[in-house]
Amino acid sequence: MRIQHPFARSLVFARTGPFFIDACVALCGLAIFFSVVRTGVYWMGKPVPVVPISHSLSALPVYAFYSIIRIGIAYLLSLVFAITYGYTAAYNPRIEAWMIAVLDILQSIPVLSFLPPVILAMVALVPGHQMGIELGIILLIFTGQVWNLAFSFYSSLKSIPREMLEASRIYRYSAWQRFWQLEMPYAAIGLVWNSIVSVAGGWFALIACEMFTMGDHNFQLPGLGSYLQTATASGDIRALVAGFAVVILIVVATDQLVWRPMIAWSDKFKFEQVESADRVVSPILEFFRRSTLLSSLPGRIWHSFEEPIYRRLARSKECRVVRPIDEDTARKSSASLWALAVAAIAIVGWGALQAILMLRTLTWPDVRLLLEGAGATFLRVNAALLISAAWTIPVGVAIGFNPRIARIVQPIAQVLASVPATAFFPILLIGLVRVGGGLGVGSIALMLLGTQWYILFNVIAGAMSIPSDLREVASLFRFTRWQRWTRLILPGIFPYLITGMVTASGGAWNASVFAEYTHLQDRTLQTIGLGAQIEAATDSGRFPVILLATILISMMVVTMNRLVWRRLYRLAETRYKLEG
Amino acid sequence: MHGERYRLTVKIIKVATGARTFLHGHTRFYPIATPHSYTRTHNRQSGNLHPVPGEPCMQQAGIQNETPNVAVEAIIRAEKIEKYYAQPSENRIQVISATDLKIVPGEILALLGPSGSGKSTMLRMLTGLSRPTAGQVYWHEKPIAETEINVSIVFQSFALFPWLTVLENVEAPLQARGVPADERRARSMRMLDTVGLDGFEAAYPKELSGGMRQRVGFARALVVEPEVLFMDEPFSALDVLTAENLRSELLELWAKKTMPTKAVFLVTHNIEEAVLLADRIIVLGRNPGHIRTDFRVQLPQPRDRKSEPFTQLVDYIYKVLTTPDVAPAQAPDQQAGKRVRDQRQMHYQMLPHARPGGMAGLLELLLDKGGRDDIYRLADDLAFEIDDLLPIVDAAQLLGFLKVEEGDAAITESGTEFANSEILRQKELFRDAAVANVLLLRQIRRALDAKSDHTVPEEFFLDMLDEQFSEEESLRQMETAVTWGRYAELFDFDASRRRFVLPDAQEEEAAASEGDE
Repeated sequence: MRIQHPFARSLVFARTGPFFIDACVALCGLAIFFSVVRTGVYWMGKPVPVVPISHSLSALPVYAFYSIIRIGIAYLLSLVFAITYGYTAAYNPRIEAWMIAVLDILQSIPVLSFLPPVILAMVALVPGHQMGIELGIILLIFTGQVWNLAFSFYSSLKSIPREMLEASRIYRYSAWQRFWQLEMPYAAIGLVWNSIVSVAGGWFALIACEMFTMGDHNFQLPGLGSYLQTATASGDIRALVAGFAVVILIVVATDQLVWRPMIAWSDKFKFEQVESADRVVSPILEFFRRSTLLSSLPGRIWHSFEEPIYRRLARSKECRVVRPIDEDTARKSSASLWALAVAAIAIVGWGALQAILMLRTLTWPDVRLLLEGAGATFLRVNAALLISAAWTIPVGVAIGFNPRIARIVQPIAQVLASVPATAFFPILLIGLVRVGGGLGVGSIALMLLGTQWYILFNVIAGAMSIPSDLREVASLFRFTRWQRWTRLILPGIFPYLITGMVTASGGAWNASVFAEYTHLQDRTLQTIGLGAQIEAATDSGRFPVILLATILISMMVVTMNRLVWRRLYRLAETRYKLEG
Repeated sequence: MHGERYRLTVKIIKVATGARTFLHGHTRFYPIATPHSYTRTHNRQSGNLHPVPGEPCMQQAGIQNETPNVAVEAIIRAEKIEKYYAQPSENRIQVISATDLKIVPGEILALLGPSGSGKSTMLRMLTGLSRPTAGQVYWHEKPIAETEINVSIVFQSFALFPWLTVLENVEAPLQARGVPADERRARSMRMLDTVGLDGFEAAYPKELSGGMRQRVGFARALVVEPEVLFMDEPFSALDVLTAENLRSELLELWAKKTMPTKAVFLVTHNIEEAVLLADRIIVLGRNPGHIRTDFRVQLPQPRDRKSEPFTQLVDYIYKVLTTPDVAPAQAPDQQAGKRVRDQRQMHYQMLPHARPGGMAGLLELLLDKGGRDDIYRLADDLAFEIDDLLPIVDAAQLLGFLKVEEGDAAITESGTEFANSEILRQKELFRDAAVANVLLLRQIRRALDAKSDHTVPEEFFLDMLDEQFSEEESLRQMETAVTWGRYAELFDFDASRRRFVLPDAQEEEAAASEGDE
């Protein structure tokens, strides 16, 4: 019937929505094209180490744009690297243990102390273009983002249920099909959540390292980090607040426009038998799904790209024989692998030798100063952890026991955790200096800002996971407040608390490098600590000090992990696990 | 010959269920691809299938005795396959000892066995998913690892991809084989239609019920038109009615030859299921896994669970399963040349993973029933899966509280006393029985008594168990031993130090140290 009245108003209405959406999408495409051109021009241009930073508000969007591009590229690189690394580790039992150990150590080295050598290397690699400096910064952000992604992907691969793997084998999936239909979907949820943490870490590092001095070189790249730092240096509070507002705007927008839709979308990869009741909803995702162009086009392009691959692969030998699941790699012991191993050992050995030679130039007073600094930073990090735990445990439990509040607070806490503390730090510092406090307090405050959220939302999750029947038992037997905490609440949240503290301690160490040393209105503020020494050495270009300080930090982090956190973790896994 | 047997089959059914059986007898008869081979195996094995004399099948077997032997080519043939699992401690644990097995066209073969007998490992070796440590599996006489084979597996957990729709799940194996998109879609839709899922192609697996999900599993398995369809406990994750329903539909597909599959290999722990579906049943024993008996089932389809031959067969298998230490006495099939080996010299008994409380409950129930009852009925009364009940029966038998005879459980004198006693006395009786019958418990207790500080680390015994069991099984054995020993107050176990202690050793220790001061 309706066909006969093609101009009926109802039909026009029905059509308007999607068309409007498609137009918006097309506009976005144009914007992307423009930004690619703009970035290209800037990157391929002559290297300008110090780009003058304008404090006018109208310059902010451009700076924000450059910063976002850096974060975006670094994130994509990390994602690709993490997947490759995780995949290799998971499917090569011979090198698996090594790769995981390397991951564990790299994870605990603070990013910022890499800054000077990385930049110098990249500038030397890409001479004559701005791209060299940019790549240095990107690489640095990359090192802060990549490890937890790699670890997440690796452990997802390792936990794929055996029968799923067997199904993929018996139906003779190619590695390609297995990757897209089993491994990636299975790892998707872990990757999304870790991406959120990674990108937050990326912002933290970016703000800190867009502008820095190294020996007699100065670097200042156009971006939000430089904007905030120059504003701090000149004491321009209006610009500082504006810059900070833009950072928050970006974080909230990323959360709403990228992460929420991603979380909602990744819901379909949840490995569950029954559909769960509460799901994350995202209006943006709905919007995209409603757009005719966006919901069908990528699928169709992908499909036409994929078909020939499948057809070719089906003819290969790999796909015609069922390969045993319990021996994948045992046979592959080739000369090339050995050559690779020898080369790796040679490179590592040479590097270690160079490092030792470099360390020999250090004098005893230097070393003593560094050890003192190490002690101070150690105390500071743990003080920050204790303070965070002290306020987040009661608050987190109170929130967690009240599901209605929890549902509101949890997403907010997640956004807050994503706000880079480095951006907020200058404002805090100016305030502190006015009140008369020094950097000793300030640096703890920065660590707190960066880390307490992890503990908070882990505690909330832990409190929510305590079964209500246990709580009912506690009130039935009229537990005293003390009993409730020691018998029920603390053991119940213990595993979550430990997870939160581990993440937080990593963050605090990373923050220490930035927190203990800063330029403020022509003054240099610093306090005793390894971080301060690293930064000071960067300013004056003393590489041996940086090296030794980095080694010290890494050693402390690794020992703490081995001796304290891992044990507590095991305890949490075995004794305090609430099952089913 | 053909007609002869045909009539016989019908006659048997008429005895069992009456008028409507004609058609079923008919459908039952056609699926057999090679009647010659079928009859051959029939007559070789059916002679002593049913221990009861005068039962119709025996006559039938007699008639068929003259059929010439025609060798059938096996689709899959396993030659002396063995499986070891490597242990970190250099010990290799044998999971399956050298076994020969054939899957021939035209039969539904069921593999039965207690848990830990390597049923699943066997299935995985036969499909090429797992490589035997020794021996070889052949696909049409070519080594399986180098040949393009055509099999499917229906999994217990369904193993569907939750992020793909029903249709995409079914299409995926075809995609792997490079089938063009249009054909892929058409074939998958047809298969979904066959298993009764039309209209659900766009749904995701998690939106479906368990039974429907397993239908998707079947559609995915059948869409590649496998020559052998493997099923790994396909119905055990489903509720009773759904499972029954799917079983009969599967039989219908098989009987009507709707699927091009030539043989079905079913792994199950459900005896009735095996007897309902299979043309041939293999029972595995454990430690290490080995074939205990291999025989044909000749009850005509559809099989009536309540018929006498059916229950006799079920009882017979129960008996084989519940007496792991006795060579199947009246083995329905003594296939010439096939060695039916049994328990090799064992150091430790395999402790069934049952709790003392469960044993007490079972014995009390048994006493109420006059001291003797069919195990299968017991499971029914308790609403237990038989797999859950068997360990309890095993355990009670191990301790001498009951005896298993012909699929019946009969309470013994000590069992009666145990069931009639109050708790403290029960513990005493349990302790005596445990020390008398269980080597591991005896050893632990002896070691504790012998040592001056009355404590022994758990590892000490684990090491000894490791020589005999897989690492995982050792841990489970230890867990069971701890449960039993604690109940019997033979010893206590300090879980934080992983040590055994004598029940009063700790207090003594404390007392002693006070005395020193």
